[in-house]
Amino acid sequence: MALIDASGLKEDGFTRVAESAALPAGDMILPLGKISADGPEVLARGDRLGVHLPNTAKLDEVWPLLDDVALISIEFPSFADGRGFSLARQLRQRGYRGQLRAFGPLIADQLRHALGCGFDEVETPEAVIARQPISQWGAALRTITLHYQRGTGRGLSILDRRRAAREASHEQRLAHALPA
Amino acid sequence: MYRYDEFDARFVRERVREFRTQVERRLDGSLTEDEFKPLRLQNGLYLQLHAYMLRIAIPYGTLSSRQLRQLALIADRYDRGYGHFTTRQNLQFNWPKLKDVPDILDLLADVEMHAIQTSGNCIRNVTADHFAGVAADEVEDPRPTAELIRQWSSLHPEFSFLPRKFKIAVTGAEHDRAAIKAHDIGLRILRHPGTGEIGYEVIVGGGLGRTPMIGKVVREFLPKPDLLSFLEAIMRVYNLEGRRDNKFKARVKILVHEIGAEEFRRRVEEEFAALDGPSVNADPEEVRRIAAYFAPPPYEELPERSVKLSIAQAAHRDFARFVETNVSAHRVPGYAAVTISLKPIGGVPGDATSEQMRIIAELADRHSFGELRVTHMQNLVLAHVRKDELFALWEALDAAELATANASLVTDIISCPGLDYCSLATARSIPIAQSLSRRFADGARQREIGPLGIKISGCINACGHHHIGNIGILGLEKNGAEYYQLTLGGDATEKAALGERLGPGLAAEEVPDAVEKIVNVYLEKRAAGEEFIATYRRIGIAPFRQMFE
Amino acid sequence: MALPKRPPLPVILIANDLVDGEVVFRTASGWSADAREALIAGNAEAADALEAEGLAEMNRNKVVDAYLVDVVLGDDGPQPRHFRERLRTLGPSIRTDLGKQGRSGETQGAQHVPV
Repeated sequence: MALIDASGLKEDGFTRVAESAALPAGDMILPLGKISADGPEVLARGDRLGVHLPNTAKLDEVWPLLDDVALISIEFPSFADGRGFSLARQLRQRGYRGQLRAFGPLIADQLRHALGCGFDEVETPEAVIARQPISQWGAALRTITLHYQRGTGRGLSILDRRRAAREASHEQRLAHALPA
Repeated sequence: MYRYDEFDARFVRERVREFRTQVERRLDGSLTEDEFKPLRLQNGLYLQLHAYMLRIAIPYGTLSSRQLRQLALIADRYDRGYGHFTTRQNLQFNWPKLKDVPDILDLLADVEMHAIQTSGNCIRNVTADHFAGVAADEVEDPRPTAELIRQWSSLHPEFSFLPRKFKIAVTGAEHDRAAIKAHDIGLRILRHPGTGEIGYEVIVGGGLGRTPMIGKVVREFLPKPDLLSFLEAIMRVYNLEGRRDNKFKARVKILVHEIGAEEFRRRVEEEFAALDGPSVNADPEEVRRIAAYFAPPPYEELPERSVKLSIAQAAHRDFARFVETNVSAHRVPGYAAVTISLKPIGGVPGDATSEQMRIIAELADRHSFGELRVTHMQNLVLAHVRKDELFALWEALDAAELATANASLVTDIISCPGLDYCSLATARSIPIAQSLSRRFADGARQREIGPLGIKISGCINACGHHHIGNIGILGLEKNGAEYYQLTLGGDATEKAALGERLGPGLAAEEVPDAVEKIVNVYLEKRAAGEEFIATYRRIGIAPFRQMFE
Repeated sequence: MALPKRPPLPVILIANDLVDGEVVFRTASGWSADAREALIAGNAEAADALEAEGLAEMNRNKVVDAYLVDVVLGDDGPQPRHFRERLRTLGPSIRTDLGKQGRSGETQGAQHVPV
């Protein structure tokens, strides 16, 4: 797997732990089913704890388990299954401020969707990177620079930019109207 | 009409550039066909039976003469000199080459058009009443709402990989000309009965296709400023909960049906309550900014009655008939809305040649402030014609063979492209429309029959809206041959109803006789002044079935 | 992409050209827009080989949606049995000026199945 964020490929500081595997050393991502049993030990060691959620996770059910979690990874079983995008937005909306990672065969064209929904990074199979080298991910991200939706994305939405422009011109008018 | 500001313009250009690189990356193998397909569909590009097909959005059906001329230019330069207007206010070109599509998109961007989200599992082109801003029964013009939704839904990062396609329609009138109950979300603008405040009735879960359903009301009254956050709540519930295990059960109508309208409503309200509305909704100034573009054109002050019109009606029988069928009331005195039928006898429903597009653009400039409408009936409308000028307009239309006087009559047939073009189709539908059109060609007989909507689909996906046709025709295949199933009693209006199956399937050549029999039962049984659908509601399907036993 | 179930023999391989969308047929040496040049597979081995070539050509990003179509053999070359595939070898039945049928020479003698 390869880990990608807005600035390119990055090192993965976390080790993914399988359901039946023993706990490795260092920072790790546990499956949801192991979090209650093994999470405290990881935290006690002073390592950072991550959790992997299926995209069918219900926010209300998992939220109480996420207090001490530094990273949440969300499963994308296929690039065409967009449930993870909504789950990410729900987590951000509820106030989750930690690292958020999309895990699955997302393609370069979807980096903007992931970042737009509150993900920090995408972990995608090497096979995808083999066809779509990291330069394509960066290029895709630089191609679409605008978005309409308020409350999503990086930077101001078009609606917010229009508002800012209106306010600026309003202030300008006020300034002109004031006596020198 | 709406004009792009610098942001809209840049946004659409960025999308064109993105698509251009997507095509390049498909050709060099960076993208597999499985990856590319959803990307190209989200930009309106299909691969059909004979070639690629590009579906261009005509948002809420409003089009300028300049835009129509550009479509004509594209038809000539990159296609085969014609286009096809669809039931969802889109225009389709049937023969583009993949490598030319980015250039076509740039030509569209030149006139503030695009093909964004005219296909794919995302929020599709938003449609509206084609008499928006003109209809006398309108509470508010639905187009500012539709434009706001167009912007909000465009490349939405959260809702671009939904379980299935998602269609939204808006009307601001009492009489529903936008088939809002047959959409995933239907919005009806209304006044709060108590306070008089403007808001929306929100209907969810309508749709045709394999499992046709009439939408359910999930909110009786939504205050106007809450629109986007409420839509976001609906979309999120659907994106998370809609079925992804079976493509035929993935539409929101199935979710609403399976968990029940009450439970769906509860989940939406819960999500809506959790959303931070003010951070999602458009501020009132933005809503006003958009609405200002839809201010009425500079109408002249005219008397309601036109002497010129009356004289021409008396002198020219064909013109008088055209006025009877194709001219609709306008809210402003002295003006009328004119339907230009794209259903000539024996023609292909919804097709227009580049030459016809240019003529119609010219007539829009001359008679209707340079603006046109595309209807879900696959016709065009000049929405603001002076009654004094109706005769001159008709003469020009007649000279171009565009004056077919059949709006809403039995030959004003809706038809999907069917198996003549579409790779999903199971049978041909256009030839059926053509044979019916020829059978009922006689104008006097059509007027005697009165309003009767025939709608034809070439497969179960129901792009031809057969379920809500007064007479619906569905083309299927059995043992390597095409056959057709008839339904009766469907209705696309505010009295939305799904048609009932008449009987066993028919061979193509049997269809005209069968429709004729149906029409004859109606003519025999109708009360004075009663339209087909009213007679059907009164007498039921039995008398019609008897004719086929 | 999974290929549909094998149709009865004899068969030809039909696809769309990736770049221009044109309907093409596998020939002995490549692809042709003319069905009369199509390679005809009369036995299971030949059909398997044809099918494998279709898959390989899709993987090489030459064509899209390649699949086998059962045909009858006549003086004018192979003609698909099914009306849908017959439409693909000709063009729209309502616009006989368009598609392959509209170009001289390619489809002489071939007819649409009547509706």
